[in-house]
Amino acid sequence: MSAKTRVNAKINGEQVEFLCEPRQSLLECLRDILGLTGSKEGCNDGNCGACSVLLNGRVVNSCLVLGVEVQGQEVITVEGLADWRGLHPLQQAFLDHAALQCGYCIPGILIASKALLDRETNPSEERIRTWLAGNLCRCTGYDKIVRAVQDAAARLKQARREVNS
Amino acid sequence: MRAFEYLAPTTIGEAVAALAGKGDGGRFLAGGTDLIVQLRCGVLDVGLVVDVKKIPELNVIAFRPAEGLTIGAAVPCHRIAEHADVARVYPGLVDAVALIGGTAIQGRATLGGNLCNAAPSGDSIPAMIVLEATCTIAGPAGLRTVTVERFCTGPGKTLLNPGELLVSVHLPPPMANSGACYLRFIPRHEMDIAVVGVGASVVLNADRAVIEAARLALGAVGPTPLYAEAAGAALKGKTPSEESFAEAARLAQKAARPITDLRGTEAQRRHLVGVLTRRVLRGAVERAKGGAADVR
Amino acid sequence: MSQDKHSLAGGTNYQVVGTRPPRHDAPDKLTGRALFGPDTKLPGMLYGKMVRSPHAHAHIRSIDTRRAASFPGVYAVVTAQDFRWNEDPGAKLDESAINFAYLQENMLAREKVLYVGHPVAAVAASSNHVAEEAAELVDVQYDVLPAVTDVGAAMRPDAPLLHEHLITQSLSKPGQRPSNVASHFQHVKGDPSQGFAQAEVIVEHEFTTSTVHQGYIEPQACTAWWGLDGNLKVWTTTQGAFGMRDQLAKLLHHPMSSILVIPTEVGGAFGGKLPIFIFLEAVAALLSRKANRPVKMIMTRAEVFLATNPTSGAYLKAKMGATREGRITAVQAELYFEAGAYPSASVIGYFGFAMGFMFAPYDLPHGQIDAYDVVVNKPRTAAYRAPGVTQVNFPAEQLIDELAVKLGMDPIAFRLKNVVHQGSELIDGTSHGSIGAEEVLRAAQSSGHYGSPLQGPHHGRGVAQGYWGNWGAHSSCAISVNGDGTVSLVSGSIDLSGTRTTVAMQAAEVLGLSLERIKSSVGDTDSIGYTEMSGGSRTTFATGIAAITAAQDVVSQMRGRAALLWGVEVQDVSFDQGIFTTHRGGGRQMTFAEVAERLAETGGPVTGRANVDPQGWGGAFGTHIVDVQVDPETGKVDILRYSVVQDVGKAVHPSYVEGQMQGGAVQGIGWALYEGYQYNARGDMLNPGFLDYKIPTALDVPMIETIMVEVPGPNHPFGVRGVGEIPIVPPPAALANAIYRATGVRVTDLPMTPVRILEAMGVI
Repeated sequence: MSAKTRVNAKINGEQVEFLCEPRQSLLECLRDILGLTGSKEGCNDGNCGACSVLLNGRVVNSCLVLGVEVQGQEVITVEGLADWRGLHPLQQAFLDHAALQCGYCIPGILIASKALLDRETNPSEERIRTWLAGNLCRCTGYDKIVRAVQDAAARLKQARREVNS
Repeated sequence: MRAFEYLAPTTIGEAVAALAGKGDGGRFLAGGTDLIVQLRCGVLDVGLVVDVKKIPELNVIAFRPAEGLTIGAAVPCHRIAEHADVARVYPGLVDAVALIGGTAIQGRATLGGNLCNAAPSGDSIPAMIVLEATCTIAGPAGLRTVTVERFCTGPGKTLLNPGELLVSVHLPPPMANSGACYLRFIPRHEMDIAVVGVGASVVLNADRAVIEAARLALGAVGPTPLYAEAAGAALKGKTPSEESFAEAARLAQKAARPITDLRGTEAQRRHLVGVLTRRVLRGAVERAKGGAADVR
Repeated sequence: MSQDKHSLAGGTNYQVVGTRPPRHDAPDKLTGRALFGPDTKLPGMLYGKMVRSPHAHAHIRSIDTRRAASFPGVYAVVTAQDFRWNEDPGAKLDESAINFAYLQENMLAREKVLYVGHPVAAVAASSNHVAEEAAELVDVQYDVLPAVTDVGAAMRPDAPLLHEHLITQSLSKPGQRPSNVASHFQHVKGDPSQGFAQAEVIVEHEFTTSTVHQGYIEPQACTAWWGLDGNLKVWTTTQGAFGMRDQLAKLLHHPMSSILVIPTEVGGAFGGKLPIFIFLEAVAALLSRKANRPVKMIMTRAEVFLATNPTSGAYLKAKMGATREGRITAVQAELYFEAGAYPSASVIGYFGFAMGFMFAPYDLPHGQIDAYDVVVNKPRTAAYRAPGVTQVNFPAEQLIDELAVKLGMDPIAFRLKNVVHQGSELIDGTSHGSIGAEEVLRAAQSSGHYGSPLQGPHHGRGVAQGYWGNWGAHSSCAISVNGDGTVSLVSGSIDLSGTRTTVAMQAAEVLGLSLERIKSSVGDTDSIGYTEMSGGSRTTFATGIAAITAAQDVVSQMRGRAALLWGVEVQDVSFDQGIFTTHRGGGRQMTFAEVAERLAETGGPVTGRANVDPQGWGGAFGTHIVDVQVDPETGKVDILRYSVVQDVGKAVHPSYVEGQMQGGAVQGIGWALYEGYQYNARGDMLNPGFLDYKIPTALDVPMIETIMVEVPGPNHPFGVRGVGEIPIVPPPAALANAIYRATGVRVTDLPMTPVRILEAMGVI
């Protein structure tokens, strides 16, 4: 075991400080040190996406980021999507479309979908599937997930129109 | 994973000095999508990891029409693929860079890291070879430049001496009437390591009827990505046609040294070299003529 | 009362059954609050790590744990020596006969290791990293033996023996000497040689399928806490908390009442987390007792592939004969299943399923099936939905397809010509009950997909049909009425994908309540009666019946309370759609909530209870249609369109039924095109990770169309049939038939990779 490093980062909008060894991944820090168990370990080598978080707004596999690397950075996890007003439109769309079964892959898929919808207002089915190809789901066969993302895109577009009008 | 120390220097000098004298006991960290996996499964065992993402020269991505494109070694793939100039001027590079992993990998993996990891199947490498890329390397003795096709020396091995740092990759400005393209074969539709990858670049003459120069490079069919010099040279002076593509494909197959492993068989790979060479030449020629290449 | 705008009218006027309400557990799963196996956290918790064999087959000469035990941060080390060994082979448990000694040996090896990854010791330490380092310090000396990873090689007379005393169990051909063939079973119907003599067309091929893994994204994980008072608590991701508890009681020689198993949410299972095989929990429990601290153990992805329980690969020979009019006259098959390191077929029962269901969709006068369970140096095999049935459907449906082609008949018409009905006899001597086989075929035939044109070079459409028998088994449910008219429902069925809601929906229907008025939870082993594991497509059926029965018990008691309040006899009180009515005293009514408010004054709390073991459940038929395009230069298959047609009995929650159909189909697609364990000559698995064990990504499949046919399932008040397993059965054969029509070649080996397709086409 080597000496621990102090890391300061913004996690889900809050300034947070924690101690970790350099070899501890961001995923371990989130789950084991900060108690944010929403991000999941599925493979620990970047091939399943269950650990996906937003790092400075980009989707990354938190199993392939060291905790020490997020010094001064911003992280959003699934726990940061909903707020006191309710579920994020993506979460609501997944609920309405029954787009989850066991639910284990869902935090990663929500994070990845949010990153897509933050950038594109009307992604095609193929674009959604390509974007989510790194998020494995074994239960749903992806059909209802894609429909939920399409529906969420429409809802977000509608919400933006209402805000702008 | 063994415990290791972590440093994040802000200059090239500090980074090089940090690994000096460590021999094989230290590694530079950029995107981490190969390095962290290798440390975790014990393939690599080092006591020091030096994070190079805070060094300004390694984060540069600059294009000037007269000089070409410089990409710092720590620039992540998504920045390259989303850069308007790169997408417009070097679509053949974007073909490859955008294929490295899925969305989350694209968020971290770097061009420099893909090159330094030196996998025989590294997607960016054949694309860089055909685009005549060069590498700028910093070491204790200063800077040096090498061509990309010399960079990898074996599976997972490069010509970097211990402590040397890849600073950036440079692509010359494209010639008029030129086009490049990269294609690979994978069993699924995403997330796989290439079974075979082929990159091609062509330069057509003024009326775009004759190939003046061509370069071909092959991935995953040798201990390193291969520059198939003879296959490209055979296209010089030929009209772009199925016949001339087929001849280049035959020579590319001859240059390939595929093996059978868990991802593919020797016969399959040799066959695919032929198939992909024809397809990628069609794509490069389309682009040289000013069209878009359908790269799927 | 919620009247969902998506509700299905169906043939009956249900208020809740058939609608699409939101799931009870969805908000927690969507916000990251739901707790899965790896998420348990307890004060003072340590991390456990297994030491595993690097050899596929070896004697253990010695294990030296001293360096590990003295490594800083290590609190406990265990080996097989720390367990009391149960020497009674064939001990019965859960009414499925298992060889308990094999279970113990699989958990921690004593004398021999039989596959790479076989556990031999374990450590508990202050962090997962320290545990990993300490595990490497356990010094195990092996005498390596030759390994065998292929069924054919394992059956040769000179093959290395995994179990020196294993003699083939068989009614017709019992073994004489030890071998790797654990058992042989046979079904014969009629006179096969006569049947083949009558055939005017005969087709015959050999097929292979690869070992495949269930591929659940959540690894096995548990936390065990052995208190000084002797009470053991185990949090674990499992398909059956009671099965787990009973296994632990036997392994640890500990009373069942001193063991509490708390099932966490499960991140996928599909037959890979059955409580029949214990991988981590007993070892974690012993580490906890030694360390006097809670111990968490989570498998890495490599450990999941190497050392849990994938499903069998198989070598299959099959033959089928038919008349020129298209009537099947005889079938014959030889099935050689991989058992993995320990005999398997009798444990999961897949001999019965594979043999019984292989030709179950067809009316056959004559047939013979021989099945063999063969041990090899691989992890012990288990179920992957519909155990054994996908493997045998692959050859059966290709033979059917080939006959249809030879006879110039439409593939669905050929199947209809031989379709089974209620009373049709299967090859194992049982008879079909009320089934929807013909309805499903006709629905497929008249579907938009089947009627649509498919044009283009290298395009092909394939069809395949399958059957899965479903299950009943023990379920327990309790419903307590709250003072405001809401109810709390607890059942023992682990919720793998929404059953806590579909079970509650059935109770809601009986109670005349909207679903929001029912809180539905999954109990632990202290809080509800014994419940069989979730699997076999039983939960919505059997636990549904438990919930219905408990709800009827509630209604009966509440009628008594209403009678008391009104001063009438209980037979004068009726109940319908949430309202109690009596015609006495001028006619009076009370709502469920009004009676509930006054429970205290009428005798106290009301809890409805049920412990059921329902029989006579109905099986499920599925027909899949798939359109593919094959790249003739690379052998790559693109799926253009996919439809699942299935008899679902009564879809309690149609969205979840659709989800089962879609999810199972995509698993089958992976099995067909991409997945398989790869080994070298030494017996090392080469692809124990999601990079090279390739499960379908979102980009590999299109939307999966679902057509639900509802032929009411027998012996259930709402006509429920199991739906979860049949969807994984037809995809490999459907794709093989599509590839045949696209390329002109039949691929008889799974997975049907681009290499195999190019080889079959003669391109390489």
